[in-house]
Amino acid sequence: MTNMPILKEREKQIYQKGAQAFDMTCEKKSLAGSVSQRACVFCGSRVVLYPIADALHLIHGPIGCASYTWDIRGALSSGPQLHRMSFSTDLKEKDIIFGGEKKLYGSRVQLIDKYHPNAAFVYATCIVGLIGDDVDSICKRVSDEKGIPVLPVHSEGFKGTKKDGYKAACDAMAHIVGTGSIEGIGELSLNIMGEFNIAGEAWIIQDYYEKMGLEVVSVFTGDGRVDKIKRSHGAKLNVVQCSGSMMHLAEIMKEKYGIPYIRVSYFGIEDMSKALYDVAEHFSDHPEVMEKTQNIVRKEIQAINPVLKQYKKVLSGKKAAIYVGGAFKAFSMIKALRSLGMEVVLAGSQTGNKDDYKLLREMCNDGTVILDDANPLELSKYCIEKGADLFIGGVKERPMAYKMGIGFCDHNHERKLSLAGYSGMLNFAKEVYSSVKSPVWKFAPEKKLS
Amino acid sequence: MLLRHTPKEITERKALTVNPAKTCQPIGAMYASLGIHGCLPHSHGSQGCYAYHRSTLTRHYKEPVMAATSSFTEGASVFGGQANLLQALNNIFTIYEPDVVAVHTTCLSETIGDDIPQIFGKARADGKIPEGKFVLHANTPSYVGTHVTGFANMTKAMVDYFAKPAEHKENRINIIPGWVEPSDMKEIKRIAGELGVKFIMFPDTENVLNGPQTGKFAMYPKGGVTIDELVSAGSSRGTIALGRLTSGPAAHALDTKCKVPCEILDLPIGIKATDRFVDSLRKMGGVNVPDSINIERGQLVDIITDMQAYFYHKKVGLVGDPDQLEALTEFLVSIDMLPIHIVTGTKDKKFEKRIKSLTEGLPCKVNVKSGGDMMLFHQWIKNEPVDLLIGNTYVKYISRDEDIPFIRFGFPILDRIGHSYFPTVGYQGGMRFLEKILDALMDRQDRDSSEIEFELVM
Repeated sequence: MTNMPILKEREKQIYQKGAQAFDMTCEKKSLAGSVSQRACVFCGSRVVLYPIADALHLIHGPIGCASYTWDIRGALSSGPQLHRMSFSTDLKEKDIIFGGEKKLYGSRVQLIDKYHPNAAFVYATCIVGLIGDDVDSICKRVSDEKGIPVLPVHSEGFKGTKKDGYKAACDAMAHIVGTGSIEGIGELSLNIMGEFNIAGEAWIIQDYYEKMGLEVVSVFTGDGRVDKIKRSHGAKLNVVQCSGSMMHLAEIMKEKYGIPYIRVSYFGIEDMSKALYDVAEHFSDHPEVMEKTQNIVRKEIQAINPVLKQYKKVLSGKKAAIYVGGAFKAFSMIKALRSLGMEVVLAGSQTGNKDDYKLLREMCNDGTVILDDANPLELSKYCIEKGADLFIGGVKERPMAYKMGIGFCDHNHERKLSLAGYSGMLNFAKEVYSSVKSPVWKFAPEKKLS
Repeated sequence: MLLRHTPKEITERKALTVNPAKTCQPIGAMYASLGIHGCLPHSHGSQGCYAYHRSTLTRHYKEPVMAATSSFTEGASVFGGQANLLQALNNIFTIYEPDVVAVHTTCLSETIGDDIPQIFGKARADGKIPEGKFVLHANTPSYVGTHVTGFANMTKAMVDYFAKPAEHKENRINIIPGWVEPSDMKEIKRIAGELGVKFIMFPDTENVLNGPQTGKFAMYPKGGVTIDELVSAGSSRGTIALGRLTSGPAAHALDTKCKVPCEILDLPIGIKATDRFVDSLRKMGGVNVPDSINIERGQLVDIITDMQAYFYHKKVGLVGDPDQLEALTEFLVSIDMLPIHIVTGTKDKKFEKRIKSLTEGLPCKVNVKSGGDMMLFHQWIKNEPVDLLIGNTYVKYISRDEDIPFIRFGFPILDRIGHSYFPTVGYQGGMRFLEKILDALMDRQDRDSSEIEFELVM
């Protein structure tokens, strides 16, 4: 099994540092027939918009797309829970033949009358792209009649990758941005972008910024509210996290409203602190911000460092495999794992681009395997070959890791503890420790390749 | 309250499903395909479909779920998916080396109009399907039927593709278990084994989706019906199909194609349905019912009689799939409980009729709806509360909001374990079901009773 065949076309999506010249291919459509861990355009749009809790999310298509995305992401809301319900036009054969427009209009009107949302998103799924429903004009008509933004999200599954879905979501939100009053928004203000409040992470980050004396105008989209998005163009800075899910909107806002953006990561002490300092740096006309920031960082690090040191003692030398959606997340993770004394032996992503992989290569040690759009066979092969003690991934990777007798940490939708910020780093260390050092792996037979 | 947005007042909704009690065909086809040994399910559509199916099945079983996809692009959606499927078959047989590839379609490929048998023909002619390897397909457009239909279609495809007619019938029967858990399939096989009946079961997900921890990741776990067995299904002397909707079409197809007569029964959930199953096994297999089975039956009856006071006229709300609900309704009525709200997302004319006849003598009004959703179910409960809820994981919202005890049963179960290991079919499964019902009701009684009333012995 060590000689597991690799598809010829995939050879350039796999790289082992030190063993070969770097010439990685990425941003390719997955090969037909590969057991990729990727998803579709709709998935990208859905995850980005889903946390907007006072909007109504209607999925226009057959029932499946609505069922599979019904409240599966732990994006918390402090108020409305409308986003946790599942609305679908539930298209049937007749609708496919005669078009689903009438159904879309009817359901839209009925829903808005009943739930009084502050905005409504209509997700066009695969089939809608084929039968040619004019989703745009129906949305406009309902919007005119009901007086709230009703926005089409062009997320036909086959029209690209998850990244294109992020873009479609950003395009939809761009229609809301700039429609509210920016009165009262001061100089020291920002939007948090690309933070979805999984396990309450946006609240932690927002709290840091507020302690720095900054006003958070809107979070995109964790614990999101339509009214806040409407006035978000009043903020003086966009702080963008994550691998580009919100970059498109940040670009639009830069162009249209002249709001600069910076990219950050809230994961791990190093990147978390850098994020706060970078933001403080941006407001350097107000030196008190930097002063407060230094205090916060010092206090937070002091609070968690002694505990982290304890974890580091036991985790030193352990090996980790990382497989994430966007590569950006992998960078922070490598640093965070290193700060725990752990070595990354495999790093991969579903949707990384050339620059991402270049940077990954620079960060990794010799021998580390770098994968783009990997399949389960490749993941398991390298996990075993490289002797990984921990796998960091999402829902589909978890049972694979457990079958191999390897510890696991979910850094995706199913994380149960917040992993962002300083307290998040502590949670992360705790989770890694409890999984890697769990006595249950002793029950597992010796790790084998096949 | 999570579902605070659910109004008590019920208004007609035609163009809208809120909180679905169903999902689409392809996931049912994928689950059925996993019940073939060495099979890689293949989704002929865009990448998201199979990612969602794999994730949902993974969450339900806590097992790796393997499948491939045609990865449709814009080009494929204009010019058809033939090139994608040909490339896919080539890649799959080269790299992942399954014995079988089971292709199911999606709304996308169905609307485009891809002709799968024709594409298979071309693949074979081009040498993309190696000697000794197999393919099959089911048409599973997402806009027709539900996940239940998809399961039934793929199970029927196993017959259409492989069962071989034979003049001479063997002393052996086919058992089509329907969409039940791997644990249920195991239990059905155990019962048949206890009776000494020779059988072929398909599909069979035991040891595929409830496998042991082995220290390795295997793309193709040990279980599943083999192609040889599917071929031989045509020479069995009869078929017992469990579940009218999920197993009926395959059983009829076997009858038509191979002249294997069939009996279509309810899923063996509860005492009466299990009695009928055991009796059919006895007659079709020409065997006697051994004491071991009689003892199990007696134990189930013993629990029912011991605890009848706790079951008496407790109101129950059920949501799930038709085959499960019909059997379960009969079971609950037989132990003197009152299933009063019954919703399935799958539209089926016979369902409502059957439920009505099963609940005919009950001293209360019974609401039943096929093609309904969880919102309607919740509204009924708001209007007429129940003592117990039975349904998939999504019922937990209603359970929490209305503070009603809840038993997880059906698909999907995303937040508990057990269903893949412990059956709910057969007499033993019935005992487990009763234990669950009693635990839920008695825990509630303990929680709600005052200190004065709090009882030690129950």
